[in-house]
Amino acid sequence: MKVILKENQIAELLDGIAEEITAATAAGVSLALVGVRSRGEILAQRLQKLIQDKWSSKVDLGTLDITLYRDDLNQMSYQQPEVRTTEIDFGIDDRLIVLVDDVLKTGRSVRAAMDALIDLGRPQAIRLAVLIDRGSRELPIRADYVGKTLEVPPDKTVQVYLSEVDEREEVVVE
Amino acid sequence: MTQETVDNPQVKKEKDKTATRFVWRRKHLLGLQDLSRRELVHILDTAAGFQEISQRSVKKAPALRGKVVVNLFFEDSTRTRNSFTLAAQRLSADVLEFTAKTSSVSKGETLRDTARNLEAMGIDIVVIRHSSGGATHLLSKCIDACIVNAGDGYHEHPTQGLLDIFTMRELRGDLTGLKVAIVGDIAHSRVARSNIWGLHTLGAQVYLVAPPTLMPSGVRELPVQVSHDFDEIIGQMDVLNMLRVQFERIGSSVFPSTLEYSRMFGLTVERMKRAKKDVIVMHPGPINRGLEIESEVADGPNSTVLRQVSNGMAVRMAVLFLVNQAAAAEKKKSRRVNG
Repeated sequence: MKVILKENQIAELLDGIAEEITAATAAGVSLALVGVRSRGEILAQRLQKLIQDKWSSKVDLGTLDITLYRDDLNQMSYQQPEVRTTEIDFGIDDRLIVLVDDVLKTGRSVRAAMDALIDLGRPQAIRLAVLIDRGSRELPIRADYVGKTLEVPPDKTVQVYLSEVDEREEVVVE
Repeated sequence: MTQETVDNPQVKKEKDKTATRFVWRRKHLLGLQDLSRRELVHILDTAAGFQEISQRSVKKAPALRGKVVVNLFFEDSTRTRNSFTLAAQRLSADVLEFTAKTSSVSKGETLRDTARNLEAMGIDIVVIRHSSGGATHLLSKCIDACIVNAGDGYHEHPTQGLLDIFTMRELRGDLTGLKVAIVGDIAHSRVARSNIWGLHTLGAQVYLVAPPTLMPSGVRELPVQVSHDFDEIIGQMDVLNMLRVQFERIGSSVFPSTLEYSRMFGLTVERMKRAKKDVIVMHPGPINRGLEIESEVADGPNSTVLRQVSNGMAVRMAVLFLVNQAAAAEKKKSRRVNG
């Protein structure tokens, strides 16, 4: 196990992402953040706070559960996915949605998340923010906002631990 | 900032869940009697995730895409059947409707043959309603598909029990110590049985209220308290689940007159005055208005009749999803063993 990022580095990277999102978002565009359960949800909460502090105005925040949209539902046995709730209490039509996830690997979760979002309405655009892009893509998907890019062999796992749920805060390769 | 998010109840809930991971392993749902507390809670938690689908503009998710669900109904039903059909369709499954009256069953085909023929067409889940108590169990022994009991004889109607319990949990949270009266035609009610087992396992106290002629024969073996006097207990109850008097199943007269029945056991406006202000009034439908429940009560502020129907969709989606997950896991396992 190797520690890639420590607590203060995670905070710096999130600051950078928040900075980029605000810089790229034109005035008058209706931004909303949607975190992918479960780590993406927490990162999205943190980004919401950072962006709200910059703008001094409220940014909508939602949570997406992508279980029903996964493409491996009929191929699982070792780890059955748990269905949890999607909580997006605002209309997403014509909004600029920034999807937030912790690690981008194959791109399959992002595909699922986009399909799930589009079943909720028709956003003006969907962008993707991730803390770590670790490569090993299996679908033609890329992130718009990346905290850190890593080259990690496909058989290794990049695990993001966040203090809210893990009682420690770091990113490790296992 | 960290402090603030730790206090967020949603995140806390998340933490509890990841700490204790549970895997659903049943590919059939035949009744609630055999389910553990953990299994019941898992179905109810899963169902909560499906509620949102029915509120969207696109009421569809691809979780059962490419799967075939057959509704095998040997008895009449509108609510349950439509609810299962819609639940399966909202998960993108294909649905085959089978009604005994218009099928080869009327030419004398056996249940086993009917089911095996349907299975040969490549079905994945059978939702079955049958007048015989053991039919679902029998079916689960002779075919490979997942079986979901949609009501068998006087035995069980698990998804109705689950949606009743889901509704109580939605309104009251923890069910421990909750006092639930099941009132009326209990002898002929599979709904009552599923409610009794599920509620008992989850720690609620169940009271059966009916004239002696409408109590089931083995009532002493059930984990319930029995009363023949509705007025005596109504004031202590948190939930009143009013069952339909099933005239189609009642052979000889089991009560002197419908007027007397409604006077003794019907939920009238007058009787409601003795109940707790926030009592939950439930009915599985279809309602005999004016008999087991008065219209003003059925449509009143305490009634959850329509909420039960909406929740039924979410519960049935969850059940179809879970049995299919268990079947997928089983297939994968056997493939690994063989190959």
